[in-house]
Amino acid sequence: MGERRLQKELMGIYAVWWREFKVFQREKSRIISSIVQPLMWLFLFGSGIGASISVSDVNYRDYIYPGVLTMSVLFGSVFFGLYIVWDRKLDVLKAVLVAPVSRLSIFLGKVLGGCTDVILQVLILFCFSFLFPSVNPWGIPLALLLLLITSIALVSMGLALGSMLESLEGFQVISSFLVFPLFFLSGALFPVDDKLPVWLQGMVKLNPLTYAVDGVRGALLNVQIFPFYVNLSVITIFAIVMFGLGSVLFSRMK
Amino acid sequence: MAIIETKSLTKTYGKIQAVRGIDLNIEKGEIFGLLGPNGAGKTTTIGMLCTIINVTSGSAFIAGCNVIKEPDRVRRKVGIVFQDPTLDTVLTGRENLELHARLYGISAAYRQNRIDEMLELVDLKDRSNDITRTYSGGMRRRLELARGLLHKPAVLFLDEPTLGLDPQTRARTWEYIKKMAKMEQTTVVLTTHYMEEAEQVCDRVGIIDHGRIIAIDAPDNLKESMGGDLVVIRAKDPPVERIKALHYVSTVNFSDGALEVTMKEAHLHLAELLLMLRDVECVEVRVPTLSDVFIKLTGRDIREDGSEDSGSWVDSVARYRQKGN
Repeated sequence: MGERRLQKELMGIYAVWWREFKVFQREKSRIISSIVQPLMWLFLFGSGIGASISVSDVNYRDYIYPGVLTMSVLFGSVFFGLYIVWDRKLDVLKAVLVAPVSRLSIFLGKVLGGCTDVILQVLILFCFSFLFPSVNPWGIPLALLLLLITSIALVSMGLALGSMLESLEGFQVISSFLVFPLFFLSGALFPVDDKLPVWLQGMVKLNPLTYAVDGVRGALLNVQIFPFYVNLSVITIFAIVMFGLGSVLFSRMK
Repeated sequence: MAIIETKSLTKTYGKIQAVRGIDLNIEKGEIFGLLGPNGAGKTTTIGMLCTIINVTSGSAFIAGCNVIKEPDRVRRKVGIVFQDPTLDTVLTGRENLELHARLYGISAAYRQNRIDEMLELVDLKDRSNDITRTYSGGMRRRLELARGLLHKPAVLFLDEPTLGLDPQTRARTWEYIKKMAKMEQTTVVLTTHYMEEAEQVCDRVGIIDHGRIIAIDAPDNLKESMGGDLVVIRAKDPPVERIKALHYVSTVNFSDGALEVTMKEAHLHLAELLLMLRDVECVEVRVPTLSDVFIKLTGRDIREDGSEDSGSWVDSVARYRQKGN
């Protein structure tokens, strides 16, 4: 690839990212709802159960804080990716796809755009961390890194699914049969220990998000089940596989 | 050398032959119209030339670049305005052009000047910072024209550029197209089924039906091939054989009390013809239009099979394949 060619591809990646960022800035209601929902989980659900329960000597509300962060990454990322179904329906993507920019660059621009949205949302949620006494603020950078890798994986997954879907009807199916199970089986709301029934333990351990939740919980609360290197490796491999899969499906999309 | 050259360009979807061997030679600077009913293969042909649709067989070159082997180079050389609007309605007019400029690798130093230039050309400068969702249909089309020409393509493809616009806006849109093609010295290839409009705008037209080009020439030449003006007269018992024998008459047809005569220079000879008839009720003289040419060549009206928006099923299949494959 010539230097000029590379430069044009980089400009293309930037163009797609720039577009996504503009959209993010304009759709304020989307940002607000993506912040309010996790806060409801933390304060309405977490405070309610936290009144009588604590896990590993941590108040329940604080205990699920890392899990709810991961949840907002999960929802934000997958739905960002799935949004291309809508873009295709409106033919917004058509004009982009005929440009002399490779599909891989367009895909990369989209992934970066999605990650930017999600990480900005997470940063807003981190602003509330002072309300959770057990959270160690020095762990935030590491948690952010883990959530970024998770976001790359999940945006790619959303784009992969979005490339295959023909209509918006598939949204509901993916939401019920993929996104919610991934969330409930991630240990976001309960500890993954021997008290869990065996079948549930197995499913939780197969879910790559479990390792993201555990990693973030380790960074913020110093409570974790798996060693750090296991958590990091699993989500990194997850991200690589999803990025590869997504870029292939996106390139085949017409 | 022609700027667009195709040889036996063909596209089949399974058993459906959408385009069956099209040969085209379009010269630099021409405004060329592809005319045909829905499902004739217009959009598929343009799609292949823009490298969006894979070619089944045959060859195509645009500005010397091979459409099949060098899609990336071809993409830099063509601008496209799709049939359905493809503006990003979350972005402003200017942002739409900025996005496009970056995607086409237009350098930062040159970008803003070029965007301003194009916005001025389509009279959208004062609205350029508004979100395009607030634009009218005509404004959106104009912005798409500006976008299509932003990277100075050698060829601009316009697929039904006036579809869905009201008549007044359609007329204005054509004016913009003519003006821009001239200023930018761009070759324009367009499809439309508004025959009257194509007649006024195009230097040459190709009439396409069932995936084949059945006639290709300047609109005036095509109309001349009709054998002159069409005269419709309601009269009793016309002497059909005697009329046929007249040297300026090409065809005569009498049915349901209406006599249809095609003749050269009706304004000179009509009086003589009328003297041969009794009880003339009404006379209508029509200079042939492209629609007449189309009816003569295909045996049907261009808008006969379906409304303007709903493509025939072949087009639908084509569109489905484009998205689903």
